Amino acid sequence: MTRSNFPAVLLGGTAVGLLALGAGAASAQDTVNLTLLIDNSADTVALTEQLVADFEARNPNIDIEIETRPGGGEGDNIVKTRLATGQMTDIFLYNSGSLLQALAPSQTLVPLTDQPFLDRVLDSFESTVTSGGDVYGVPVQTAMGGGILYNRDIYEELDLEIPMTWDAFMANNATIAEAGYVPVIQTYRDTWTSQLFVLADFYNVLAEEPDFAERYTANEAKYATSDAALEGFRHLAEVHEAGYMNEDFGAATYDDGLRMLSTGEGAHYPMLTFAIAAIEATYPENLDSVGFFAQPGSDPEINGLTTWMPAALYVPKTTSHPEEAMAFLDFVASVDGCNAITEAVGATGPYLVEGCDLPSDVPAATADMLPYFEEDGRTAPALEFLSPVKGPTLEQLTVEVGSGIRSPEDAAALYDQDVERQAQQLGLEGW
Amino acid sequence: MTTTVSTPIAVPAKPRHRRRSSPYPTWFLLPAAIVYGILFLIPTFASLYFSLTRWTLFNSSFIGLDNFVAFFEEPFLIQGVVNTIIFALLTCALKVVFGLGLAVLLTSQIHARGLLRSVVFFPVLVSTVGVGIAFTAMMHPTDGIINAGLGLLGIKGPGWLTNPSLAIYSVAFVEVWRGVGLATVIFIAGIVSIPQDYYEAARIDGATGWERFVYITLPLSRPAMVTVVILSFIHGLRNFELVWAMTRGGPGFASDVLASVIYKQYQAGFYGLSTAGNVVLFVLIAAMAVPLYLYLNRKEGHQ
Repeated sequence: MTRSNFPAVLLGGTAVGLLALGAGAASAQDTVNLTLLIDNSADTVALTEQLVADFEARNPNIDIEIETRPGGGEGDNIVKTRLATGQMTDIFLYNSGSLLQALAPSQTLVPLTDQPFLDRVLDSFESTVTSGGDVYGVPVQTAMGGGILYNRDIYEELDLEIPMTWDAFMANNATIAEAGYVPVIQTYRDTWTSQLFVLADFYNVLAEEPDFAERYTANEAKYATSDAALEGFRHLAEVHEAGYMNEDFGAATYDDGLRMLSTGEGAHYPMLTFAIAAIEATYPENLDSVGFFAQPGSDPEINGLTTWMPAALYVPKTTSHPEEAMAFLDFVASVDGCNAITEAVGATGPYLVEGCDLPSDVPAATADMLPYFEEDGRTAPALEFLSPVKGPTLEQLTVEVGSGIRSPEDAAALYDQDVERQAQQLGLEGW
Repeated sequence: MTTTVSTPIAVPAKPRHRRRSSPYPTWFLLPAAIVYGILFLIPTFASLYFSLTRWTLFNSSFIGLDNFVAFFEEPFLIQGVVNTIIFALLTCALKVVFGLGLAVLLTSQIHARGLLRSVVFFPVLVSTVGVGIAFTAMMHPTDGIINAGLGLLGIKGPGWLTNPSLAIYSVAFVEVWRGVGLATVIFIAGIVSIPQDYYEAARIDGATGWERFVYITLPLSRPAMVTVVILSFIHGLRNFELVWAMTRGGPGFASDVLASVIYKQYQAGFYGLSTAGNVVLFVLIAAMAVPLYLYLNRKEGHQ
């Protein structure tokens, strides 16, 4: 209210201003209106609405209005442009990890380092929203895994076992193809979905080259020259060459992929586990048909999960209500906040806030993922949380490899070239 | 006496003076000049400056011509340039051929002429992105209406937008469908303005319909043709919406055009680099369109 009335008071004269203030004085003057920008995916909208409703019930004097934006590159643009022009909402949701660094957090965001609620946020998450020694965000939702979502009904029908090596995975695919199902679902209309075989292989890369991330940031390690890192690109090409993809892989969308997986048209869908929430939102009756396993590597002894950190809520420096915005962040990073999320979209993984436990009845795919987190050494963060260097054309290159247009070696070399500009843009040393 | 002497001098002097200066004071131009300056001149010069910097929107550092070097080293630039030229030439040529054909048809004495003219023009009114999304659905390799129809005839249709060697042509086809209405309307205006006397004279001399078309309609609708060629060629060169709505430059980079290469750089946060790309695009369009315009208009002058 205060912000929108300000120009009216100036332009319309004191009379109008006083009228407006007089009218609002009794009821609305104590109410603070906050705006909150989130992405428009079904599960984000559902859980944010629940968070806001629960928060408003506890804080009747704060009113939060939700705005949505597209995801992906278009969303990145909207966030950057609004931050740079000072038009950002009071609170906004955005990725943690390498994408956050591109927002120049020290110039644009309010640091949370002194806020008491940060004590409840797990250190493993804090490190992904830290820039220049200050922490900027609190997690929304749970930690995620990148790997293979699979259809349990097909596995049961064909009596298949969870593959512990890539060769076993390909053998399963052969059996599935014979039975007339689609072995691997690929959805290149939404290009970002094509990157999973490469990105989710990072646990296996780190197992062979533990210092890959540091050397990668320092311009020493390259995808094209590291055998372990190349493997992900090669896997994608193998799946294409074997003809294991759905016929319309070039035109199918992410939503098509979720439908094919949960209704049993296809057996495997390489994806992040946030898809579990999306399946719960759109195909709740098929939720129990979906399971999950980590992307297998070459050695059956080394089997672990590449993990992703969830998006976080940030407060821009331009907000006129920093205290109320902090109150909302405080609520989100609390047990009540976790419960609101669980109520809206179910539990999709381990929470990153102290004291947040999972309910006993989690979806099957979540239950498949939790053991990786419980055992030491069976998880590794994805590269984008260990290095700020992530090139923008990876998704086009993986579409090319997965469509058989380009060889994995060529694609990896082109990706290395692409990454160089990103590193220069960030002003990293050694590029 | 004095009046007769003074009037012949004063009268011719007055209009000459009036013609030279506008009746309005110069500062009447000021509002328009300010708007033009703020919205066009300042951004143009700012973009020239930012194309020489590494720019994150939050801060920028001057790096000279590095952006232009990086832009020309872009591995997918050649593909983008080739696609842009294919797209511009193809859509321009097809719009002229179909536009002229439809215009001749729709200026002849046929039934429901008004209705048909509207039908041809309708696609121009629809949003380009809407057209793109609708055709994307129709061109779906397995569920699309086009391949379903071909399937009924026993033909297995190709992946119109997912086959890398076909995608740019499919998009060009949709652009022709969308833009031919405008070309037709311009041609109709050109043909209607040809005096009927020429056709009557030709008919008396025993010219056939084809001869009347080749020797009267075609040369005398040249101004319309010049307009259509220029408009559709420039439109083809800077085409972006349709490619983005239908393929996003994909699969991979197979249907990238210059504008989509630049947009992807912008999306990736390389603001200085994409600004440099826009400067290059501007120079390129000017370098192609200006000579084309001069050439076509010079020929017109000789007629």
